[in-house]
Amino acid sequence: MSVEQAEIEKIAHLARVRIAESEIADVTQRISGILDLVDQMQAVDTSGVEPMANPLDATARLRADEVTETNQREAFQAIAPETEAGLYLVPKVIE
Amino acid sequence: MDIETIADLGAGLRDKRFSSEEITTDLLGHIEKQAGLNSFITVTADEALSQARAADQRLASGDAGPLTGIPLAHKDIFCTAGIRTSCGSRMLDNFIPPYNATVISRLAEAGAVSLGKTNMDEFAMGSSNENSYYGPALNPWDHSRVPGGSSGGSAVAVSAGLVPGSTGTDTGGSIRQPAALCGISGLKPTYGRVSRLGMIAFASSLDQGGPLARTAEDCAILLSAMAGFDAADSTSAERDSEDFTAQLNADLSGLRIGIPAEYFGEGLDPQIASIVQEAIKDYESRGATLVDISLPHSELSVAAYYVIAPAEASTNLSRFDGVRYGHRCDNPQDLLDLYTRTREEGFGAEVKRRILVGTYALSAGYYDAYYRKAQQIRRLIKQDFVQAFEQVDVIMGPTTPHTAWKLGEKSDDPVAMYLEDIFTLSVNLAGLPAMSIPAGFSEGLPVGLQLIGNYFAESKLLNVAHQFQQHTDWHRQQPASSEG
Repeated sequence: MSVEQAEIEKIAHLARVRIAESEIADVTQRISGILDLVDQMQAVDTSGVEPMANPLDATARLRADEVTETNQREAFQAIAPETEAGLYLVPKVIE
Repeated sequence: MDIETIADLGAGLRDKRFSSEEITTDLLGHIEKQAGLNSFITVTADEALSQARAADQRLASGDAGPLTGIPLAHKDIFCTAGIRTSCGSRMLDNFIPPYNATVISRLAEAGAVSLGKTNMDEFAMGSSNENSYYGPALNPWDHSRVPGGSSGGSAVAVSAGLVPGSTGTDTGGSIRQPAALCGISGLKPTYGRVSRLGMIAFASSLDQGGPLARTAEDCAILLSAMAGFDAADSTSAERDSEDFTAQLNADLSGLRIGIPAEYFGEGLDPQIASIVQEAIKDYESRGATLVDISLPHSELSVAAYYVIAPAEASTNLSRFDGVRYGHRCDNPQDLLDLYTRTREEGFGAEVKRRILVGTYALSAGYYDAYYRKAQQIRRLIKQDFVQAFEQVDVIMGPTTPHTAWKLGEKSDDPVAMYLEDIFTLSVNLAGLPAMSIPAGFSEGLPVGLQLIGNYFAESKLLNVAHQFQQHTDWHRQQPASSEG
């Protein structure tokens, strides 16, 4: 199944990945190739087959709701691109 | 110099024939001399020497285990506190983790010495190491060829004799395929055996850490330290680690080996087919029974994998946003510009493709046709294996359809690259343990025999692999570049 360039642009926006104008045709073509490959699946009858999310069919373990971690804000923010007063800085969102 | 195994080095250390500081210094020298192989992204010489001295004290006090003082290298996907962990990506080129992955801390507690962090395909996405931001590692058997991937640097470092063992991760073959292409042994454990904490996530329902080394015995020594339940990993299997060396010498008579017809069909290099068949005949001549089996859904594994893995990757990699750590673009105009340009610059072409494919497969209107469908096929693939293991103890076949290819040969064609993983992907979808061990050479390039075991049957797999290595010497062959 081939995919339209406009669709790739929409997906790229959803994924928050910018794709340069000059690359979009090439990216569209390669992703079409990948989707052609995965379309083999459509020929298989899977009616009644339970989807498998975990190979051991395990579900997430629960734990007691207890505080186990200590505050390490300074260590974690030491590697951030920009912080101020213990907060992460991003460009202004509201004018 | 003759490349030594972890088992031999460990015995030498405990017998005081040499010190950990001596072998660490020696190997750091080799790494420097072989820098052209590009197997390391970061070498941590100072830290290694201080760990080696600490190990020597432990050895002197008699408190030493099988890994105390043994130099290792870690795939640059495992977070190392205070040491840059790039995951082969520009996105994390400046990332210094504040904590250790469980695998790293367990091996450190066992006394192993870390010489550094090895090269890999960006975010473990690739089968050739060419997707690394730092350029590809080179195959020690032929420098014009790829080492395989994604744990390419870890395989090269062992193959070239720069370390006796290393860590890797395997989401679709990323331990077994480079092990095969570089002529060493590699083990992907059962899903959940080895903690994923601090192992940068690619596809969470498939990712599994494991060892690479020259021999099955060394893989067993490494796995014994790496495995075990970790409450901090929500998908960790509730199983204690084992002494995976305990069954290495068990008798193989009566072993039932399943030979899947689907693993010897079209697309397999005939020389690899005959080398693998010869290895299987060797088992037969030593008392094993061969059983023809069928894994009818295995040809769908590439399709199902290339929906599930990109879908999970697109979700996992959404965390790289230029806000908390890692790369951030210059002068973002607004928040959307910050996200989109940071991700455009930080991710390479293959990673972006997989994020887009995954986002597409999960987007409204396509979920049932792609993600749900792939998860249903995943169950059919698992059921094939479950049925097969009612009749057999281990399944054998080739690890890869071809030997190491030329750098650049497939890098322009993602689908051709994906098909190289045809024999390894289904194992990850099913969550089973599997190994690749050296079985011979085709035109001077190593060929891997793949052994697939039942759930949590790593001890059996290692036993079967070790017995082969008792009377073959493929695993002892070394590339010319490792000499001197």
